[in-house]
Amino acid sequence: MGIKSSLHQLKEKFKGNTFAPAFNAFHTFLYTPNDVTKGGTHIKVADDLKRTMNMVILSLVPCLLFGIFNTGYQHFAAVDAANGIIREASLLGNFITWENFLLGSTKVLPLVIVSYVVGLTVEFIFAVIKGHEVEEGYLVTGMLVPLIVPVDLPLWMLTVAVIFGVIIGKEVFGGTGMNILNPALTIRAFLFFAYPTWMSGDKVWVHQAMDRTGTAEAISGETILGSFAQNQEIIYSLSDMFIGFIPGSVGETSKILIILGALFLIFTKIGSWRIMLSTIAGALFMGLIFNQVVDLGWITETSKFYGLMSVPFWEHLLIGSILFGAVFMATDPVTAAQTLKGKWIYGFLIGFISIMIRVFNPAYPEGVFLAILLMNVFAPTIDHYVIQSNVKKRLNRIKLKTI
Amino acid sequence: MSKDIIVKKGLNINLVGDATKTLEISKNSKYYSVYPEDFHGVFPKLTIKADEKVKAGDVLFYDKNNEKVKFVSPVSGKITEIQRGERRRIVSIEILADNKIEYKNLGNLDAKADKNKIIDYLLNAGLWPFIKQRPYDVIADHKISPKSIFISGFSSAPLSADLDFISKGYEDKIQIAINFLSKLTDGEIHMSVRKNSNSELSNLKNVVIHNVSGPHPSGNVGTLINKVSPVNKGEVVWTISLQDLILIGSVVESGKFSAERIIALVGSSVENPRYIKTLIGSQMLTILDKGIQDENRIISGNVLTGKQISIKGHLDYYSNTVSVIPEGNDYDLFGWTRPIFDKISASRALTFSWLLPNKKFSLNTNTNGEHRAFVITGSYEEVFPLDIYPMRILKACMYKDLEEMEALGMYEVAPEDFALTEFVCVSKQPHQDIIRKGLDLMKKELG
Repeated sequence: MGIKSSLHQLKEKFKGNTFAPAFNAFHTFLYTPNDVTKGGTHIKVADDLKRTMNMVILSLVPCLLFGIFNTGYQHFAAVDAANGIIREASLLGNFITWENFLLGSTKVLPLVIVSYVVGLTVEFIFAVIKGHEVEEGYLVTGMLVPLIVPVDLPLWMLTVAVIFGVIIGKEVFGGTGMNILNPALTIRAFLFFAYPTWMSGDKVWVHQAMDRTGTAEAISGETILGSFAQNQEIIYSLSDMFIGFIPGSVGETSKILIILGALFLIFTKIGSWRIMLSTIAGALFMGLIFNQVVDLGWITETSKFYGLMSVPFWEHLLIGSILFGAVFMATDPVTAAQTLKGKWIYGFLIGFISIMIRVFNPAYPEGVFLAILLMNVFAPTIDHYVIQSNVKKRLNRIKLKTI
Repeated sequence: MSKDIIVKKGLNINLVGDATKTLEISKNSKYYSVYPEDFHGVFPKLTIKADEKVKAGDVLFYDKNNEKVKFVSPVSGKITEIQRGERRRIVSIEILADNKIEYKNLGNLDAKADKNKIIDYLLNAGLWPFIKQRPYDVIADHKISPKSIFISGFSSAPLSADLDFISKGYEDKIQIAINFLSKLTDGEIHMSVRKNSNSELSNLKNVVIHNVSGPHPSGNVGTLINKVSPVNKGEVVWTISLQDLILIGSVVESGKFSAERIIALVGSSVENPRYIKTLIGSQMLTILDKGIQDENRIISGNVLTGKQISIKGHLDYYSNTVSVIPEGNDYDLFGWTRPIFDKISASRALTFSWLLPNKKFSLNTNTNGEHRAFVITGSYEEVFPLDIYPMRILKACMYKDLEEMEALGMYEVAPEDFALTEFVCVSKQPHQDIIRKGLDLMKKELG
């Protein structure tokens, strides 16, 4: 008797049982079930939600791997810098090295594991309580969360935040497909407001920067955004920013890998290119406005806003997490606008507001996640007005008839 | 007069088992059955009893809600069984057919007959059930005259009968039916034909011909309605399918209810897909080849909108297609992540049907995944050509907001318009069922 038929018998045995959803969640990972169509169309497309979500995870894997190496690299680079040695990053020379990987994986993999184990446990419990199947939504959320936090975040904080995020951000609304706010960003927002010292500032973005503060071996943990916000000089080259040899949240630094992920999502028709494109357009537009303000001399070098306002508008895409947000966060289909026109508006406003927050809030210059959460709230409103035009068209048809 | 319509959104589903254009006469069926559930929303009230003799064209039952709408026997013979289900609901009426069919004389319809005469004739001859209406996609209400009548002259659904083929030689019957129907509407009769198909149907008179191009659902009558003249609140349009026009035409001409019908026997489980001339209500066994077993699904209708029937079942009242495809009652190891070449997909998520646009697929009935909440957006719009927001209207139906359903265009749609969105749905939601229930609710609440 093969594994297939023994699992089939187990499934039949569990049917109707309280823990059937939990068993099925594991079973369906091994085998797509033997369900056949009943009523309606007798045939169905090959895709299911698992496959769709899996594509998003696949597109994130390069960012995760890069994040592991970068964690190690940034740590050793900062240690060197503290000793007066300036490193020149090179991919095969000092980036993809065993010691970077070792350090990085011991820091990053626990984040991934905690994120998945805690989040999925909450999902399983809710599935069992409510008696529905375990939905796949968290598979993506669980992957996103470790990529958007600082590397030294204590695991217990992550645990608390994930529980909060999944329950408040998702389950209270009715689970996958019903939530208003992006769950990964809800988790990040919770961390940000509950533990601000661990989530922002110039000491959290490089491994051990926090621990070594005040000691003889102190190292810098500042991001480019932070430096700009304080009108400091930037020590990273554009190519470093593009490839990702810069400090930041675990998986957000490599722009080229984010772009590759975006292309993959667009090609597979899973990510909305409309949202990605319009978010970038919105960011560039706001950046251009600020550049104009600086060019016109309304803001001078003495202003605290000068640093970020004078960044050439296109460079905004290379710093911070605007690109990561545009590709992987703003495009979450449940919390984004759902109409085609709505997606353009929604994305544009995310980009626009992200850069606005970035410039006007030097204490915490990364505005992307706040902008996305804000637009999550307004997405239904945007959709409502887009749909109203369709409704009005229908009403006008009658009016024309009666005249 | 002819006009062009270009349908851009949609999806052609290429399947193995298209019928070759050869016609075969089926064996005579011993028993015939009529299923009242084929007539959605009808409450059948029987006019016959078991063991009674009937002629072809004799009334079997009428609709309790509208007693003038009668349903007649397709053959002559003896009523052998009236099968009932839960709460004494009538499931089927079975007739043991005579060797030679005796017809009730239904009389002729004068070409100069006026509107009321025509309606009375169609009602009494049991032809009225072939006329459907929107809103609600039910048998038309004869008391309300429609703003126009729509007929689809070609089919774009996967493995469905070629309407040019089944109407060949019956153009005069179609014309007769159209001539009478044109007196029942103040507007016009609209018919779609596939652009550049040189269909004989383009030569019909008293109809506006629309040359439609584009992928499925370009051949759906709902698509034609939406592109020509969508149904507004308070308006009614009628729809009739081509094979039923042929039937109406021949009954009107001969005065006999001859339930003859050409069907396409199709699907990857059919050895020799072809056209078969048979009668409404025939036993499936007389249509299907030997060797078709339980591991196949037999569908009266096409694979997107048809009704599953057992091998002992009968051809339903409306279909022009019988599809047979394999059941998909099996597990698929890592089916959610392995690359897929042998199934159709609307995405490119390691599914490769986009590389093979001309390949014919052999799909089974597996759902390819479990039922989930609505998550993905934008994919329905790719295959949905109507000027309606599909996901919105589905959700409005699910939470039963009548006002919103109305505002979003519920009067314009029928379940079959949502067959493609249901096919591509990664959450495996039952779109057609959701729309059907929504329409029923609206009909009940708003009339």
